[in-house]
Amino acid sequence: MAYKQFILVCGGTGCESSKADDIFKELHAQAEAQGVASDVQIVKTGCFGFCEKGPIVKVLPSESFYVEVKPEDAKEIIAEQIVKGREVKRLLYKDDTQKERIKTEEIGFYQKQYRIVLRNCGIINPENIEEYIARDGYAGLEKALFELKPEGVINELKIAGLRGRGGAGFPTWRKWEFTRVVKEEQKYVVCNADEGDPGAYMDRSTIEGDPHSVIEAMTVCGYTIGANKGFVYIRAEYPLAIERLKIALRQARELGLLGDDILGSGFSFDIEIRLGAGAFVCGEETALLQSIEGNRGMPIPRPPFPAVKGLWGKPTVINNVETWANIPVILTKGGAWFAKIGTETSKGTKVFALTGKIKNSGLVEVPMGTTLREIIYDIGGGIKSGKKFLGAQTGGPSGGIITEEYLDTPIDYESLTALGSMMGSGGLIVMDEDDCVVDVSKFYMEFCVDESCGKCTPCRVGTAQMHDILDKITKGQGKVEDLEKLEKIGHALRRAALCGLGQTAPNPTLSTIKRFRQEYLDHINGTCRSGKCKDLVTYSIDKDKCIGCSLCARKCPVNCISGSKADKYTIDASKCIKCGECFTACKFNAVLKK
Amino acid sequence: MAKMTLDQLRKLREETKGEMTRRETEGKEIQVIVGMGTCGIAAGAKDAFEAIVKAVDEHKITANVVIRQTGCMGLCHVEPTVEVIVPGMPATIYGKVDAAIAADIVRKHLVDRKLVSGHIYDRPAIDIVNK
Repeated sequence: MAYKQFILVCGGTGCESSKADDIFKELHAQAEAQGVASDVQIVKTGCFGFCEKGPIVKVLPSESFYVEVKPEDAKEIIAEQIVKGREVKRLLYKDDTQKERIKTEEIGFYQKQYRIVLRNCGIINPENIEEYIARDGYAGLEKALFELKPEGVINELKIAGLRGRGGAGFPTWRKWEFTRVVKEEQKYVVCNADEGDPGAYMDRSTIEGDPHSVIEAMTVCGYTIGANKGFVYIRAEYPLAIERLKIALRQARELGLLGDDILGSGFSFDIEIRLGAGAFVCGEETALLQSIEGNRGMPIPRPPFPAVKGLWGKPTVINNVETWANIPVILTKGGAWFAKIGTETSKGTKVFALTGKIKNSGLVEVPMGTTLREIIYDIGGGIKSGKKFLGAQTGGPSGGIITEEYLDTPIDYESLTALGSMMGSGGLIVMDEDDCVVDVSKFYMEFCVDESCGKCTPCRVGTAQMHDILDKITKGQGKVEDLEKLEKIGHALRRAALCGLGQTAPNPTLSTIKRFRQEYLDHINGTCRSGKCKDLVTYSIDKDKCIGCSLCARKCPVNCISGSKADKYTIDASKCIKCGECFTACKFNAVLKK
Repeated sequence: MAKMTLDQLRKLREETKGEMTRRETEGKEIQVIVGMGTCGIAAGAKDAFEAIVKAVDEHKITANVVIRQTGCMGLCHVEPTVEVIVPGMPATIYGKVDAAIAADIVRKHLVDRKLVSGHIYDRPAIDIVNK
């Protein structure tokens, strides 16, 4: 006996509390009552996201996605769908915003994600080239070599409107065209896989899950611009990605998709891997090229841009992993298909590594123009443990924090820059009320101080100065004038630093001073709302509430809590390390945090 | 580390019975696909993989099952993830698959043709290539 249909009832905590259990029982009862219990299996699942529209019920194989289901709907779901095979239309999820954005045949599909870059991730075996080929792999290369020719490839990219996914958003076709038109015997193609933002792992996952998409795209680029040599610059901290890339390169060579006379076209191309030592500045293109050449990874002034004078002084196209992974699809499906997805100025999709205080962390890919609210609440399921949303950091140490009031802004390159943040490579860190924005700004600035290569004075000195001031503020020793100083140094840094690292380093600080000025002032006045800044927090025990259970004293790692059942307990503030263990342990709210 | 993990996976395949037939998809109806990006492996995908191989052998369905690896499915919060494709049933993604759940999946889903409650997650997006 096999079931013909399956009803999935969301068993995430959000849906559980909104009667998912009653729905589950009622569906069982109705299936029994209507005599179809042997045709349908009803199971509970993990969280589906969309928690605000819960409880969610999904019916397979019809893929019907029902939202805000009530126990009394069970009868109709069984009677209509299971018995008669008709969807219960009134319960189906409707999303009007998405219809405007994706004008492809997928209209009306409930999912917010749309996977172009990650099309093969989690589907194919990345170590088997045949599986990649089976899914249109190397069809883009074929088309480029035998149909489009170099001008045609550039034209498709132009129609597609693809812009660099590394952060700055420069039109890819233009970059390629600059290099193509230069008359030079030797040119190079480079893949920037030096992903270094804290919290970002989009590029690693792409190479680990689908290495051939990068290889194929680089080969197409080589053919287009007239290069026969490519380099993938990838950090040594990514051993699995490197291993899979090596396997992929070997398999591509074996099948003649790399090497001499590719597919009998007369075009030859090969790719080498170069390992980076994990310096953040090497993600900057000129520093990266220096590093490939064997020099110390330091940026050099632009212009000349790498497109004209790059690796070993030769014209070089350098794109980031995500940009590359888009290209085979653009060629097979056409630039016009790609241009239908996204917003007016930003086409296609963007991959985000959604992390932090989010219920469902994950690697997500959404059409440009999706709002942060959709990513955080519909895909991510909202904030963990019901805390209040504080802000979302995009672009890592180069980006800024986006607050509640701007969550409905459709995401693209321009809108994020207008908000004082940036697309960056795609780290998206969600913060809740337990996080302190001053502390977070200090963290990012510390990162920039560590990672600054030291070549230019504005960055070397400016980031250190800003960090010192932020450190002072988190210790309660700041002055109101310090905010002005931070802004002044920050603006100078933006204009004067040699490369993107320094130019964007002040972003987290400047954006938080703008959006959370009061929090900075509170710190200057000696309080930290979240308690993250330890110098500004003191723990004490309310004797009226303390019952003398001794739990706090037993949890204290430095034994600074003493007392007895009769005398109640006290904290010796001079020894306290402010770890907060006592505060978390106390069941009677007797430990006070101020 | 990663290199070692992959070597171990290969060794694992060689050591288990029906090794030659397991590599050929032809004639096999059931596919079990384990998400093996760095994060998945760190979360215990290797244990899940081993448990699946073991359970498939115990139920003597080796000749009918292909066990494969893939990259990240994107469901970071529920790693390790495993997709099961059985003819006549919807393709299903399971999350938080430890060795015990893996054995459950083989017994219930592969043998009894029933979904395993509590560990099913949604595929994050439609497939733009094969539709």
